[in-house]
Amino acid sequence: MSLTAKDKAAVTALWAKVSGKADEIGHDALSRMLAVYPQTKTYFSHWKDLSPGSAPVRKHGKTVMGGVGEAVSKIDDLTSGLLNLSELHAFQLRVDPANFKILSHNILVVLAILFPIDFTPEAHVAMDKFLSALSLALAEKYR
Amino acid sequence: MVQWTAGERAAIQGVFAKLDYESVGLESLTRCLVVYPWTQRYFGGFGNLYNAEAIMANPKIAAHGTVVLKGLEKALKNMDNIKNTFTALSELHSEKLQVDPGNFQLLADCLTVVLARRMTTDFTPDIQAAWQKFLSVVISALRRQYY
Repeated sequence: MSLTAKDKAAVTALWAKVSGKADEIGHDALSRMLAVYPQTKTYFSHWKDLSPGSAPVRKHGKTVMGGVGEAVSKIDDLTSGLLNLSELHAFQLRVDPANFKILSHNILVVLAILFPIDFTPEAHVAMDKFLSALSLALAEKYR
Repeated sequence: MVQWTAGERAAIQGVFAKLDYESVGLESLTRCLVVYPWTQRYFGGFGNLYNAEAIMANPKIAAHGTVVLKGLEKALKNMDNIKNTFTALSELHSEKLQVDPGNFQLLADCLTVVLARRMTTDFTPDIQAAWQKFLSVVISALRRQYY
């Protein structure tokens, strides 16, 4: 299920509209992930505060969306483009890749909340495919 | 038995109170058929599913969307006994319709996205958590009679 030219165009167009709110998207998606899928909290035992609005959640939401933005710019070759990030996740963070799907779902939910008009079915499918491809690239170095 | 907190019950009742079954059913099913096109295998007799616009205008899809939401309402009205309430529906999906149960999660995710679009910031993380818990209980009940 690779990204077609149409998918890439849709993702790039949507990103242009939403990237201004990237920090907010990241913060909200992460908050929702921690609230709706409490098992994900196990990766953040080193944070003092996991509540929505807290400094670590805001900061990390920003970091995550920075990665998504980088992926958009490297949409033509995600696997090579995200090698460093993949190594980070595989060897240092060791996040179970099943969780990428969970965060992706919450990013889609937040996009639907903040951009109800722009998040058409066409944008939805393109974004879902892109986040899946991103997750796959991120898992590249795991084994 | 599933334990529901008072907050979760209130959250789910609140979501249903504002729910337009026809509209949400139609949009959720449309997104499911567009975002996960392999789900179209179950809708061979439904006519034009060519693109999102066509699906949204399809009266058979609209009717079916309402059927799905009415099913969820049944779960709402029997929140403490969803498992048994859905025995017949589970058999229907496994024996007659022969739907791969993996698809239940796909439709559930689309329902969540549609709610997010409609409710925007009213769809708080806590409400999302309660809603997704409700959906996973429904899915679990629907899966029960598969063997």
